[in-house]
Amino acid sequence: MTRLGIAGGIIQLVVVTGCAPLLTGVTRQVRARLEGRAGQGIGQPWRDLRKLLRKEPVTPAGTSELFRIAPLVLLATTAVAAAVAPFVTTASAIGPAADLFAVVALLALGTATLALAAIDTGTAFGGMGASREITIMALAEPTLLVAIFALSVRAGSTNLAAIVTATVHNPAQVVSPAGVLAAAALALVTIAETGRLPVDNPATHLELTMVHEAMILEYAGPDLALIELASSMRLAVFLGLLATLFAPWGIATTAAPLALAAGTAVFAAKVGLLGATLAAGEVFTAKLRLFRVPELLAGSFLLALLAVAASHFLGAA
Amino acid sequence: MPAAAGGDRRGDPGADRAVNLVGFGLGLAVAVASLAALAVLALPGRLRPAAAGAGTALSGAAGLVSGIAALDGRPFSLGLPGLLPLSGLEFAADRLSGFFVAVTGAVAVPAGVYAIGYLRHSGMSRSACAFLPLFVASMLLVPVAGTAVTLLACWELMALTSLLQVLAEHPRRAEVAEAGRWYAAMTHLGFVCILAALMLAGGGSLTAARHLPAALAGTVFVLALAGFGSKAGIVPLHAWLPRAHPEAPSHVSALMSAAMVNMGVYGIIRTGFWLLGGGARWWWLLVLALGAVSAVYGILQAAMSSDLKRLLGYSTTENMGLVLVGVGAAGLFAGTGERVLAGLALTAVLLHVAGHAAFKSLLFLSAGSAAQRAGTRDLDALGGLRAGMPVTAAAFGWGALAASALPPGTAFVSEWLLVQALIHGLPGGGTAAAVVLPVAVAAVALTAGLAVATFVKAFGTGFLARPRSDGAARATEAPVSMLAGMGLAGAACLALALVPGAVLPALARATGMTGAPAVTGLVTLRLSGIAGELSPLLLTLALLAVMTAAAGWLRTLPARRARRAARLWDCGAGPLTARMEYTATAFAEPLQRVFDDVLAPETGIDVTHLDEARYLVKAVEYRRRVPDRVERRLYRPVLAAVHAWGTAGRRLAPGSVHRYLGYGFCAVTALLIVLAVAR
Repeated sequence: MTRLGIAGGIIQLVVVTGCAPLLTGVTRQVRARLEGRAGQGIGQPWRDLRKLLRKEPVTPAGTSELFRIAPLVLLATTAVAAAVAPFVTTASAIGPAADLFAVVALLALGTATLALAAIDTGTAFGGMGASREITIMALAEPTLLVAIFALSVRAGSTNLAAIVTATVHNPAQVVSPAGVLAAAALALVTIAETGRLPVDNPATHLELTMVHEAMILEYAGPDLALIELASSMRLAVFLGLLATLFAPWGIATTAAPLALAAGTAVFAAKVGLLGATLAAGEVFTAKLRLFRVPELLAGSFLLALLAVAASHFLGAA
Repeated sequence: MPAAAGGDRRGDPGADRAVNLVGFGLGLAVAVASLAALAVLALPGRLRPAAAGAGTALSGAAGLVSGIAALDGRPFSLGLPGLLPLSGLEFAADRLSGFFVAVTGAVAVPAGVYAIGYLRHSGMSRSACAFLPLFVASMLLVPVAGTAVTLLACWELMALTSLLQVLAEHPRRAEVAEAGRWYAAMTHLGFVCILAALMLAGGGSLTAARHLPAALAGTVFVLALAGFGSKAGIVPLHAWLPRAHPEAPSHVSALMSAAMVNMGVYGIIRTGFWLLGGGARWWWLLVLALGAVSAVYGILQAAMSSDLKRLLGYSTTENMGLVLVGVGAAGLFAGTGERVLAGLALTAVLLHVAGHAAFKSLLFLSAGSAAQRAGTRDLDALGGLRAGMPVTAAAFGWGALAASALPPGTAFVSEWLLVQALIHGLPGGGTAAAVVLPVAVAAVALTAGLAVATFVKAFGTGFLARPRSDGAARATEAPVSMLAGMGLAGAACLALALVPGAVLPALARATGMTGAPAVTGLVTLRLSGIAGELSPLLLTLALLAVMTAAAGWLRTLPARRARRAARLWDCGAGPLTARMEYTATAFAEPLQRVFDDVLAPETGIDVTHLDEARYLVKAVEYRRRVPDRVERRLYRPVLAAVHAWGTAGRRLAPGSVHRYLGYGFCAVTALLIVLAVAR
């Protein structure tokens, strides 16, 4: 645990928690403008959260303690992932927790807990959402791990800090065939894992198309606020991972205040840009049928496998 | 190959006291088990469960102590020439055997404690109770067998005692007999393979490396892999496992699934690395491929299964598959001289074996009490058990987390180590590694993802939500002894999940690969020789800290009010019924569709119309079954052939004494002719 790592961890936790709802606001605003609507402004998600937090907490009939703990677990997994990943600085707050597998598994733990809470309600919607979400997660896992494999080959480690440091020292790696293929694979998985179009529509409340929204249908008040906040943070973490793995430029390598400030600003700009791009892409995309999603994930898995092959056969140069 | 560990297995004169601890523990375990068995036979019915359970637990505890002493590096050997005619019995323990003895003993303790309550409520026969401690004792002896004959004798003893345990509930359920027949046939076919392998290898000691011609060594290895692999439930020899493990009483399921399958792994490691000293690359590619196929196929069948204990049985096949992936990788690395990586892979294997033993015991024990209390194992009829049996539900939930490779679970650490070994094998492995290792990582990842789906399904539909049957609604908490058994297994899961560093150095030494342990550090696990670190404890503490902080922050909100109970959202149509819930089958349906080509499910829809109007539907019936495809393609034809052969052979025996005398005459004449020609 270095000074750099701890400074980075604290800044990231604050920035991701504070700005993640703004990121959601940005994506909604970009969509609105591109669709010819005025939009609600990027501050709207924060206003929604404030409203929800003031409401009365509600326990739906027949739900257990797990239903009440699940939002906390979801928030905690996302927050820990946001704190340990090297977004702002090249060092991690808790080095031994910044393994890429650990971060991915942490985020999966949040998903699994929310799915259990959804089943716990005993409603058809809860079960349906949980079943779909878990299916998508199970199929995204191989792509994630093989893409991580491809990235770790050049750094000789799966530790995020080591991968980012290696990329900072040798920026040419990013445009190598392995880097490009792995980036494409991870981008597709990010879309699936964060529930964006064409895998899931974050704006829908139609029974047949819901995945994430069906799971959280029974939540209200502060519980829902935690879940909404955690979902925004999850998007920020995944986009942040993409940014820091494939474009780590501007990241702080020393604990000097100026470097930290620059690192924070660059990180926010990169994630904001990625979010805006994602939203712009969504305007031109229709949601896939649920049973076409595996084909998309199989495609991204193939890309990841090619990335490993490329890193071995072409990457030695 | 690991001569350093194998060579000094016996005959260290300075270790007199130590010999006593390993040998004393084993002797005590066998003595306690035998006494308990005799006591069960003599005692009246009321006291039998306590005697059988306590004997099993004590025998296991003695085995655990003995195993830890052997794992600590205390050599032990014992010859009993008079016990078996011609060859006698010889026992010897090194670190590797010590590990497997310790795991077996550690599983027997919670299983024995649990059995006290379970047997009392299920009223089993005298013999079924009596053979329980003997089963544990025979399992403890398998890893310390020093010669081929001793191994075979202990192996057969283990097979027979476990078979009697599987059959314990046959008066009540017809399926038990079929499961028993499958198990008896498969375990003896496996025995034949092991017998052939050890005889081809020349019998004798199990630790001294042989120098056999390549073709012969290959044959020996393949036979041993088939024999030991069938015990470990490796595809395609797994057919007995998802039948026998669920049909046995739950503490026996735990012993079989958590301890007995490990003997298969022990056999493969012992034969491959010690007896045959490494071997060709294709051996280990075969092991790796079988492991990957077993892992994916096992978890896929588990994800489809809606029988709670059958699901756990398939999950055992999956976990043994992961173990074999590690064994295969270790063999490949050792073959190319990368002993650090080979040591890491084998350490991951041993940790996974230990972790699997812990969480599978916990899962089978809690599933068993749920099934006993609710009267069904069908997930589609369970549900809502968290209300009536909160402790059992929590135990199963913890076991499910431990099994699904998510932090802070037990399997997370071992699978992380396994993937680290696979990933770091790429740079020095050549083209074969570049093809095999990414596919292996993908198989492990797919397995991990599907395992999450499987255990979310099992825990979610089995224990959460609303009860789907009257039995589940009426279920009450299990007795204290059963809860205590689950508590012990759960504590073992917790220890292995949070501080695996406490056992990893010992496990690394047991692999016999390198002098320095492959993984060091108590709180933070550091890989030696390659870059990689992980701290499950810090990760868990960070999670807990954030959860506590967030919960505290919610409490300080100015508008904080008490929770209000509210109706579920029911579209305004009145209360939801249990029929409207998602069932386990429904939950797995998307995965079934995705893996349609692999699983080949059988579905059928019957629509009956009203007689008066063909356009009106009277009833719709939907059937779905996911048969084990390997079983259908591989076993059915063989069974059909055997059956046809038997039917044809019956014509030779019409019951005429004259004909039988004729057969005898012909046989003797033919023998004499053969002898005359051969002279």
